[in-house]
Amino acid sequence: MSTTAPTLDSIDRARPQGAWPTLVRGLRLSPEFRDGLGLTLLLALVATAGRVIVPVAVQQVIDRGLRGPGGVDVAIVLQLSGAALLGVVVTSAFGYVMNYRLATATETALAALRVRAFRHIHDLSLLHHATEHRGALVSRVTADVDTISQFMQWGGVVLIVNVGQLLLATAVMSYYSWQLTLVVIVTFAPLVFVLRWFQTRLSVAYDIVRERVGDMLTAISESVGGADVIRAYNIEERTDRRISRAVQREFRAHYRAGRLGAFMFSSGELFAAAATAAAVVVGVLLGVDGQLSEGRLVAFLFLVTLFVGPVQIATEVLDQAQTAIAGWRRILNVLDTRPDVADPATAGGGGVDIPPGPVTLRFEHVAFAYPAREAGAVADTVLHDVNLEIPAQTRVAVVGETGSGKTTFAKLLTRLMDPTGGQILVNGVALTEVRFASLRRRIVMVPQDGFLFDTTIAANVAHGRPGIGQADVALAFTELGLADWVESLPQQLSTRVGERGGSLSVGERQLVALARAYVANPDLLVLDEATSAVDPATEVRLQRALDGLTRGRTAIAIAHRLSTAEAADEVLVFDNGRIVQRGPHDDLLAQDGVYAGLHRSWVAGSAGGRAPVAR
Amino acid sequence: MSTDEAVAAEETVADPGRDVVASEVAGPGVVRRGMRILGRAVLTEPKPFAIAVVGAAVYGGMTVASATVFGRVTDRVIVPAYAGGAVTRGTLALAVTAILGVALLKAVGIVARRIGATYMQVKLQASYRERVTRQYQKLPLSWHRRHSTGTLLAHANADVEAAFWPIAPFPFSCGVVLMLLITGVILVRSDLFLAAVGFLVGPAIAVLNWRYNRALEEPATLAQQRRADVSSVAHESFDGALVVKTLGRESAETDRFEVEARRLRDELVRYGRIRALFDPLMEALPNVGVLLILAVGVWRISTGDLSVGDLVQFAYLFTLLAFPIRAIGWVLSDMPRAVVGWERVQGVLAATGDLPYGSDRGLDAEGAAAADLVHVAFAYESSTDGQAGSPVLHDVTFEATPGRTIAIVGPTGAGKSTIASLLVRLADPTQGSVHLDGQDLRTLARGELSRSVAIVFQHSFLFDDTVRGNITLGERFSDKQVRAASELAQADGFIRALPDGYDTVVGERGTSLSGGQRQRIALARALTRRPRLLILDDATSSVDTTVEAAILHGLRDARLPATIAVVAYRQATILLADEIIFVDRGRVQATGTHERLLETVPGYARLVTAYADEAVRRERRRSDQAVQEAEAAS
Repeated sequence: MSTTAPTLDSIDRARPQGAWPTLVRGLRLSPEFRDGLGLTLLLALVATAGRVIVPVAVQQVIDRGLRGPGGVDVAIVLQLSGAALLGVVVTSAFGYVMNYRLATATETALAALRVRAFRHIHDLSLLHHATEHRGALVSRVTADVDTISQFMQWGGVVLIVNVGQLLLATAVMSYYSWQLTLVVIVTFAPLVFVLRWFQTRLSVAYDIVRERVGDMLTAISESVGGADVIRAYNIEERTDRRISRAVQREFRAHYRAGRLGAFMFSSGELFAAAATAAAVVVGVLLGVDGQLSEGRLVAFLFLVTLFVGPVQIATEVLDQAQTAIAGWRRILNVLDTRPDVADPATAGGGGVDIPPGPVTLRFEHVAFAYPAREAGAVADTVLHDVNLEIPAQTRVAVVGETGSGKTTFAKLLTRLMDPTGGQILVNGVALTEVRFASLRRRIVMVPQDGFLFDTTIAANVAHGRPGIGQADVALAFTELGLADWVESLPQQLSTRVGERGGSLSVGERQLVALARAYVANPDLLVLDEATSAVDPATEVRLQRALDGLTRGRTAIAIAHRLSTAEAADEVLVFDNGRIVQRGPHDDLLAQDGVYAGLHRSWVAGSAGGRAPVAR
Repeated sequence: MSTDEAVAAEETVADPGRDVVASEVAGPGVVRRGMRILGRAVLTEPKPFAIAVVGAAVYGGMTVASATVFGRVTDRVIVPAYAGGAVTRGTLALAVTAILGVALLKAVGIVARRIGATYMQVKLQASYRERVTRQYQKLPLSWHRRHSTGTLLAHANADVEAAFWPIAPFPFSCGVVLMLLITGVILVRSDLFLAAVGFLVGPAIAVLNWRYNRALEEPATLAQQRRADVSSVAHESFDGALVVKTLGRESAETDRFEVEARRLRDELVRYGRIRALFDPLMEALPNVGVLLILAVGVWRISTGDLSVGDLVQFAYLFTLLAFPIRAIGWVLSDMPRAVVGWERVQGVLAATGDLPYGSDRGLDAEGAAAADLVHVAFAYESSTDGQAGSPVLHDVTFEATPGRTIAIVGPTGAGKSTIASLLVRLADPTQGSVHLDGQDLRTLARGELSRSVAIVFQHSFLFDDTVRGNITLGERFSDKQVRAASELAQADGFIRALPDGYDTVVGERGTSLSGGQRQRIALARALTRRPRLLILDDATSSVDTTVEAAILHGLRDARLPATIAVVAYRQATILLADEIIFVDRGRVQATGTHERLLETVPGYARLVTAYADEAVRRERRRSDQAVQEAEAAS
């Protein structure tokens, strides 16, 4: 039976959004940008006024100091220059305060944005994490935010000041001569369309650049993460070639975007010249008719440069704005991605807590299919119609071949994924109703890959129960029968484990991961082949320790070493996504089913027929 | 360090935190060192630089020319027009042509400058990224262990970008310098007093720039460092997403990230505030210059030494200069960041500790190899200072004779994987030596060892590539060879069931496959190479027992012309071995056949019979219970 699979709400699925809506949403996202923005803009306005001081001074000097009724008047010129100087000093001071406020607000806002995006990425389910490249996820909270920072701290200021300047220049120009102002505006109008044309193309070009940067980072991080395989197989050259390809693709995309920007930036220059020429021609004609003074015409031409400047700079800033908007879009895409496994505490409803104490589990017609990459694809169903009740305080072993659905089962009951059919109840409450804060404290899973953080063993264990003391960590290892192992380490609990726990062997990492879950003291402990790389003697010791300690709580162990199954109260046998057998070890062994087969090969493998009989 | 203390206060078990190298702040002579980077960049990419500089020069020249045109237009067109004199259409047309012509050339200059500069910048970035990543491949694993993935990514990305950041405005600023020179000459030739104003304001801008970039130096460096910290926390945290989820640590991780994000913010704010002070100053200075020119110019006009047109031209020139003169400021203000980035990149390129290769290529091409370790001791380098830590192997000596299978057995953490990694020379022993066919591994040429030896790691790493690509690793193996190896690794069946079979892309780190499937692909990768020495480092730990049995029987029945060394716990694997090396606490405790060790070495017996003993113990307890219950019932 094939059903249509639900599609995963992937991060970069097409969310058509223009540059402007993205910018608006980006700004709206951070209240820190808005706080005090009014005052900052006011300051910007004053600072901008400084831009017209000089042209106005030039006009006044020419009209009153040079062409005044009394001929050249040095005193007036000095007065005017002095006043203008004062104006420049005051507006610069305002500019300083404005920049200061903007830098503070911008960086505060962006730090919050980084944190928010980071948190949201963690809120996305494992399925999302599996489909996204790590390097690309990292770049969303680093490089993407940096592009916005550059724009907001520099480009944004420039943009604000220049828009102000544009308006002010227009106002002063209109005061001098509305006809000439009209001429200038009409000449400049087509530039807006030209710039828009470039802008759309540039937007696409920079999106591609960012994507290529992400690919490049992925290629590089892979070469670093797989360093030992690369060494052992002498494939340094091939790795170099792969990275080169990614680097060259980034180079080409970047260069193409830059080239487009070059043409865009120069277009402003041509329009500026056209405006100046038109102003001269019309100005001379108007002036001859006695409607415009010489000083005003000269000042007007100065003002045209003030008009041109912002448009030119704006094109420069647009270049940067494109990059920033692309960055913003990528962050918005993250924030817009709906976590498909949502915490009821945040997703509207209040959710419930599981009271401390024994945990019962109930599976009702539970099915799971991996989401299809594209809509309409046939579902890849890995779990079919699982009906099950696990009473409190039982120890369950889950066995079956690879791909039989064991790990999916574990991920569903710990709510790392949600079933695509049926439901799971914990103590009679739907799992989806349980608040994460409660769920993650009461139900803890130890995954096979004992991922450790790059810090000490003690600090890693403390992740399981924040606030735990060094002595408690030591006690946990003692209770698990691992005190000897800890003693043998160079700096005992203070030993640093390296990146991903790389300084420890895989088995040792699993010991730390187990201790980490152990101190969390959950009511339901799920072990997903958590001791697969540990030596048999240690594993047996661990198992005995856990047996004693899990008494009174529910424990589910997924194992391919059947020694775990032998000790369990109940064994669940998975085959092809279904539970085909269940019951105590001895009963299952008596039946001629899948379990008996698994057990035979296990005995052949581990006990080797040479197992000593009771000594 | 107050933030560190805050973190420590939050957790009773303190995370010692990252060792932030805050002292890496660029020293004196930043501009000099920055100029050296630019000089080297120019020598590497002379052609685009030449194009960009010519473009900038044309732009600069045309900027001055546009001021001249402006002055001429004032003198020849506007003033006569207002003086009541007739302005001919021809003169007006000439003025328009001049204005437009100059602008066209200016535009061409801009296009040339920007294209040249962009090409130069991205080309240099690309080539240094390649150099840095190539160096990563050359540096030994001990070096890799000392640096986090985040840091290495930052060197290849952010640091390279920072190093060549000032390249983009550099040709522009060269053009501006030219423009300033021309302006200087014109000023001196027309009026010495106005020239004096220019020479007063010019150096003032230069001094201001210098102060500016001195002030930015430290926050720039620290910001770069903080950026790397933010990146490395994010990388680690996303890497451990599963653990973060299962322990409900999302909020704690977010707090950890927030600490780093705040530290970065503090530096960026400091940086921004310094810019906030200098930017308005940089803008005000040319304006002050214009006002000075007006004052001095009017005085010169009153004495009859200057025309109104000249004054207008100079004043106009100053307003035009206000924008491009800042290009120099851009180059200079990005210099500290560039120097820091460059020096970090150079740090990678200059890093040593490469495992030097010998020149011998004399290994046999066919037949099983002999491997042996002689008095080997090994200590991992400390992750913080690169000094050798406490030894994990002591005086290890053993031999694997051709065609035999040896099993390295021992408790978790005994040093088995370290022995395996020494056999493929991922590191060299700190004492003693490792040999293949009697040759010290250190004397072998590059690539020679990997032709004979293949290892399957405990933790199988897959590349973001197709299954086939992951098996061949880019070497030319026929489909038949790949299939044969995959069959032996019990991988052919599930691979063919994948959506695109052998051409299915497995995704980053192979996350779309199960642990056992990844291990089997890694095994196929090793087997395709028909190694003369095959090392399996607990390589089937995630594989089902039945599948494992099939793999082991397959390996035995295939009668590979290879010596096999397996690190294993399971008896089935151990029983396949001709000889056992029992390792505990970094020492070889015993060697011999399974039977002999079982009888004579209690530690070994305890280890390999643990499951069976446990089963027996459990059985006995159960029957005891049954007896007790029966007694209680009766």
